[in-house]
Amino acid sequence: MKSRAGAWLVFVAVLLLGVLPFAAEPYTLRLGTTACMYAVLAVSWNVIGGFAGYPSFATAGFFGLGAYAGGVTLTKGGGLLVAMALAGGLAFAGAMLLGAVLLRLRGHYFAIASLAVAEVLRELTNSATNLTGGGMGLNIPLATSTVGGVGAEASFFFLAMWGLLVVTLMVVMAAERSRLGFGLACIRQNEAAADMIGIHATLYKSIAFALSGIFVAMAGTLYAGWVHYIEPTDVYDVLFAVKPIVMVLLGGLGSTAGAVVGAFAFFGVSEALWRNYLQIHSGLLGLLIVMLLLFLPRGLISIGQRLRAAGFGRA
Amino acid sequence: MRLDAVSRRFGGLAALQDVSFVVEPGEVLGLIGPNGAGKTTLVNVITGVHRASAGRVMFEGRDITGFRPYQMARVGLARTFQVVQPFPELTALDNVAAAALFSHCSTSIAEARRAALKQLDFVGLSSAAEKPAAILTLAMRKRLELAKALAMQPRLLFLDEVNAGLNSAEVEQAMGLIRQIAQAGVTIVLIEHLMKVVMSICTRIVVLQSGALIANGPPAQIASDARVVEAYLGKRYAKAAAAVS
Repeated sequence: MKSRAGAWLVFVAVLLLGVLPFAAEPYTLRLGTTACMYAVLAVSWNVIGGFAGYPSFATAGFFGLGAYAGGVTLTKGGGLLVAMALAGGLAFAGAMLLGAVLLRLRGHYFAIASLAVAEVLRELTNSATNLTGGGMGLNIPLATSTVGGVGAEASFFFLAMWGLLVVTLMVVMAAERSRLGFGLACIRQNEAAADMIGIHATLYKSIAFALSGIFVAMAGTLYAGWVHYIEPTDVYDVLFAVKPIVMVLLGGLGSTAGAVVGAFAFFGVSEALWRNYLQIHSGLLGLLIVMLLLFLPRGLISIGQRLRAAGFGRA
Repeated sequence: MRLDAVSRRFGGLAALQDVSFVVEPGEVLGLIGPNGAGKTTLVNVITGVHRASAGRVMFEGRDITGFRPYQMARVGLARTFQVVQPFPELTALDNVAAAALFSHCSTSIAEARRAALKQLDFVGLSSAAEKPAAILTLAMRKRLELAKALAMQPRLLFLDEVNAGLNSAEVEQAMGLIRQIAQAGVTIVLIEHLMKVVMSICTRIVVLQSGALIANGPPAQIASDARVVEAYLGKRYAKAAAAVS
């Protein structure tokens, strides 16, 4: 079993982030909003990639789907909550159906197939010009009241993204400790044996896939409302699929707390490198990730265990 | 359980041809045959890992042909694998708890762990309950496999070579466990290469050769069956044996 104390510690730390709007300027809030968004993506990916062991690249597809489903709802005059519910529901239902087909594949085959999800959705979005504006992109009206200006809007979207992260964490942590989490752990370790003891593997995997999609789609809607303008190449960007994976690997595969730590650490380090070493920041970031994965293969979350194993903290 | 002319082909290879027999409630049926005879394939077809190409499998009056493995677990069938299949990162306790939990729809995780502890105790693994399955010895993993199958509270249990790779003391222990399970009223189909085990435990034996059933009867009769002797030891030996007797 994963260390439960660590998970609660991280959860409380995330809760404390909620005071940020009272203490920070709009630019910091903007960083915080992006960091919370990536944390939602990483925690979600960890459900299918970490718990079930299926390396999915469908995150970008869910994100883009959520951005467009929510964005279109907002342009038609729907409220933000309605837009998010619609986006999440669409992603959940789509993932359940798609999962029943895609999750028959394993390993690299599944990864490649899931990569196609975003590509297909991007093409659909491009061709549904009437609804989405196609390649011209989609302008999204302000979701918040215009009184209060820039600062109020920054606070609003930070709190919305942070709230989504809190909800995501609560649902995922509950799922991890339930029958679902137990069953997924069995499936990851030995799917044939899991089948044989009565686990409906296809159903469990589909639920995991759907759970990994629903909050990502909601984050996509918030993103659309936040930046006011989306286009297919932006919201279906493959980096939305790759970054969450790197974050989870950095934090510790299979651990919810690790996914959060990994997301914030990755985002923080890339921001710091970008500021200080503009020309070579990508190279340095890559080098850092490789070093961490080489020397800490179980992620940042395992530092405590490593230190204890080495005899520190016992005296 | 009744098998009606069950067949399974892999491409052009007929792995099982028209296999029919009945397993009576409460018996310990031995399923034997030379390597490659189709014993494990038969278990795989019955438990839903492979689909039968033809024929029917009936269990307690129900047609269960084409059920998926997870459905088989819920109607009361369990099996052990010839090559043990633990969940390596889970503790021994959670391995067994998983089996107790998912084979019954209503059990809670806490209840499943309690039931698992009982089964670990029965197979003599309670001291290893908190160890991850990956670090157990082969003999322990075989017993873990048995505990997992028992935690599913099956009415019919397939034991696929639970003794392979064990030393003679360990085989004795395993035989004792199998006898106790049978006494508790669980019907057992035992796939086994060790004749000593088969002859002493089984109430009846069926013999497979090249995918076809060639004999079916009590142990003493099987041991003297000319076709069985031929299948195991070759034609010349069978003739010589017949001449002597």
